[in-house]
Amino acid sequence: MSRNRRLKLQIFRVAVFLVLGAFFLVPIGAMFEFSTRGVTEQAPRTLNAWLTIAQTPDLVAAIFASLALAVLTSLGMLLLLVPTMIWVRLRLPHLSRVIEFLCLLPLTIPAIVLVAGLAPIYLWMNLNISDSILTLAFVYLILVLPYAYRALYTGLAAIDVKTLAEAARSLGANWGTVMLRVIVPNMSVAILNACLLSVAVVLGEFTIANLLNYVNLQVAIALLGRANATVSIAVAVASLLFAFILLVILSFFGRPRARVHPEDPGLPFPGLAGGGLR
Amino acid sequence: MRRPLGGGRRLATPQWIAAAPFFLYVGIFLLLPTAIVVGGAFVDSNGLSLSNFASMNQRFVINAFINSVVLSATSAIIGAVFGALLAYAVATGNPNGVFRRLVSSACGVLAQFGGVTLAFAFIATIGGAGFITLWLQQQGMNIYANGVWLYQLRGLVLVYTYFQIPLMVLVFLPALDGIRPQWREATESLGGGTWHYWRYIAGPLLAPAFFGGTLLLFANAFSAYATAAALINQGSIIASLLIANTLTSEVGLANPGIASALALVMVVLVAIVMVLYTVLQRRTSRWLQ
Amino acid sequence: MKWQAAMKRLGLLAGALVLLTACGGGGTTSTVNAATAKSAADVGGISALVTAAKKEGKLNIIATPPDWANYGAIIDGFKAKYGISIDSANPNGSSQDEINAVKQLGKTSRAPDVLDMGKAVTLANTELYAPYKVQTWNDIPDSQKESTGLYVQDYGGYMAIGYDSGKVPAVTSLKDLLGSGFRGKVALNGDPTKANAALNGVMMASIANGGSADDISKGVDFFHQLKLKGNFTPVQATTATVKQGQTPVVFDWDYLSASHGTDVPTWKIFTPSNAILGDYYNAAINKNAPHPAAARLWEEYVFSDVGQNFWLKGLARPVRMAAMQSSGKIDSAAAAKLPPVNGTPVFLTDAQATKAKDYLASHWAQAIG
Repeated sequence: MSRNRRLKLQIFRVAVFLVLGAFFLVPIGAMFEFSTRGVTEQAPRTLNAWLTIAQTPDLVAAIFASLALAVLTSLGMLLLLVPTMIWVRLRLPHLSRVIEFLCLLPLTIPAIVLVAGLAPIYLWMNLNISDSILTLAFVYLILVLPYAYRALYTGLAAIDVKTLAEAARSLGANWGTVMLRVIVPNMSVAILNACLLSVAVVLGEFTIANLLNYVNLQVAIALLGRANATVSIAVAVASLLFAFILLVILSFFGRPRARVHPEDPGLPFPGLAGGGLR
Repeated sequence: MRRPLGGGRRLATPQWIAAAPFFLYVGIFLLLPTAIVVGGAFVDSNGLSLSNFASMNQRFVINAFINSVVLSATSAIIGAVFGALLAYAVATGNPNGVFRRLVSSACGVLAQFGGVTLAFAFIATIGGAGFITLWLQQQGMNIYANGVWLYQLRGLVLVYTYFQIPLMVLVFLPALDGIRPQWREATESLGGGTWHYWRYIAGPLLAPAFFGGTLLLFANAFSAYATAAALINQGSIIASLLIANTLTSEVGLANPGIASALALVMVVLVAIVMVLYTVLQRRTSRWLQ
Repeated sequence: MKWQAAMKRLGLLAGALVLLTACGGGGTTSTVNAATAKSAADVGGISALVTAAKKEGKLNIIATPPDWANYGAIIDGFKAKYGISIDSANPNGSSQDEINAVKQLGKTSRAPDVLDMGKAVTLANTELYAPYKVQTWNDIPDSQKESTGLYVQDYGGYMAIGYDSGKVPAVTSLKDLLGSGFRGKVALNGDPTKANAALNGVMMASIANGGSADDISKGVDFFHQLKLKGNFTPVQATTATVKQGQTPVVFDWDYLSASHGTDVPTWKIFTPSNAILGDYYNAAINKNAPHPAAARLWEEYVFSDVGQNFWLKGLARPVRMAAMQSSGKIDSAAAAKLPPVNGTPVFLTDAQATKAKDYLASHWAQAIG
């Protein structure tokens, strides 16, 4: 890459990060500032609101419930979507539009309307199978479909699935090996992204859990937020921080990847870094 | 004799069996609730009827849907463009670096951030008594001289982009990761510049992901309502607020039949947008499989 | 729709089977009776009710935020006195949300046991409640209870204008709000076509502005004026927006307004002397309550002197206030703190409420949009 182009790229990156960074961080800063206000305008700043959060016992149960739901939903999403999408791409391309529409459908229906339709199903499930909050994973899987599909789709589109599959099959691999050991490692970035998206959706979901009378993290936060103004905002910022730290930790589970614009040549085919044909 | 690909013995198993679990699951947990809701649109207190659709042609209902489409389309396009730029800025950095992890995680969190708290964040920043508003007033600038636009459709667009941009980054980043540096080098070795690269190589390859992301953003904004409800609590200027109002009104104006009819219209509208998107895709995806 | 009915029937059948097996295995007779008990006597007295409730061990309440009329203290008091855990769902829900939850959760163990709703929603759904008369039934005026005990008013207040005296000028009449010191600062607690409190807010403005309980149009005109002057803000008023200064003036029930006083020491409450509009909330028991004894015990608790005084501390007027004043059991210190009300209060009849909502449905959006 020429020096001129690299310089332009760097300027572009710095400009984008500064402008958008300000756009995203300033409102959160305003929330944090509000959460440290004292009772009157003249009262000194205080962290009382934040300490109140630490003293709430019900929050812990809700946190664990949401984390369990996040794990279940991610696993379910991977089990359901990845094989289906690979198979459709390879063998049933005429179905891909249908799947795309189905995966977009959950986004088009407002949550309160979806609950109206889900209520009879959950009623039956609660009476016959289980009443636990973990049954929410079934509907959360539907909720993450739009995001996970998009992430997995771009991952699949970036690799030559047909060639990989045919080559592996011609070497004697069965479909399980093809999917698990050939294709999946090549879309590891997309899979990680889909999982991160799923975790974020589950941690941030409020409406469906609330209307089905379950207490997940966001519902517990809403209840806590009724205590007083500064606590409600402190709790919101705390939940953002919590989800953020969780996602950063999760991001360390991905495989190391090669650069899009490497300084040095390194690997000739970065997309196949994790295994494959060589 | 060479065995045919796929084995010679399993002729009887149809291809679509492998996709059956997906369809079954989606059928139970998505299509069935949708059918229940949509079915409610055709029922009123007297049984099967189309009376719920009679109220569809009222001025405020049509306006609500127009506003929803405008709001969703605008915030989707703005979110897509800035999201793509941010994703590009992230993708060109160190893929294992701390910075990329931080930005990806932040985007993951902010894409789901909404509702009363997001509304409050903007109110506290540039609301009537927001600190930026007050600071600008001290500098002599009144941004609300012609009315507080934050609590109108324009304001909603601004607030919506707050979660649209991160969402775009999340779905577009994998596409950018798939770009090989060899393509750029090949373009240059053939004498092409930046313009040629983007116009003929990277552009068409990224177009499906870009438009797919925009469509996702559109659908996302279309059904969102908690943020709008907190900022514009009076009147129902967008479709999702109208639906929420007809489902939970406690003064006796609740009408689940009309809410179902409105929800059906929403689904149909997004289906139309999907058809447009498919047509667009066919024109731009000649380079791909 | 047949599908839905069939599902419901399947669910009911399954629920009935589960209930039967649960009851057959070790349940006492009082647990079975509690679901149909019409008073404490039906289960064998209040202590039998307490025993049955403790056996159930849990109570599901809904749309009962702790800062609403001092509900937090009532919840804590009930838990401490009987050792029964309370599951509080959907704290920000509306009355309609409560009914939706009852319908959607059917006979599951998470359905709400007790309900607390505005008048319109209460009257529209009487088939969902179980009749029950609390021990203090006779203290409640006839006009404030349904004769068989399906629903009974529990606490109420008057519509008021709450304002932060540190941020806006003092309010001595409704017309003051049209002044220049209130630019972008006046908010309603919700949309009147959706929320009961907001409908009463517009009605109060109407009465103060020359209208009457039969005519809400003057109130709509008043808010239209506010909008034209730029004084009205459509933002949903919350404790956060009140404290931050976005909504320093809010039309709301006086007891709800009072809770802002903890965040904003300069908060004051003003009720126009020519427009004292009151309303009471209604308590009801879910017919399919998963914990019927606990539900009935809760009602006994909130209608007892202790419960009613808790609401008084929250600056709401408990329904047994007159009886408690004559028996001397009232918490006089809390009663003295109630916002002063000089004049005859007006209560909307059902016909007036219906007329108001119809007018709003066709005129509010234009007036405010």
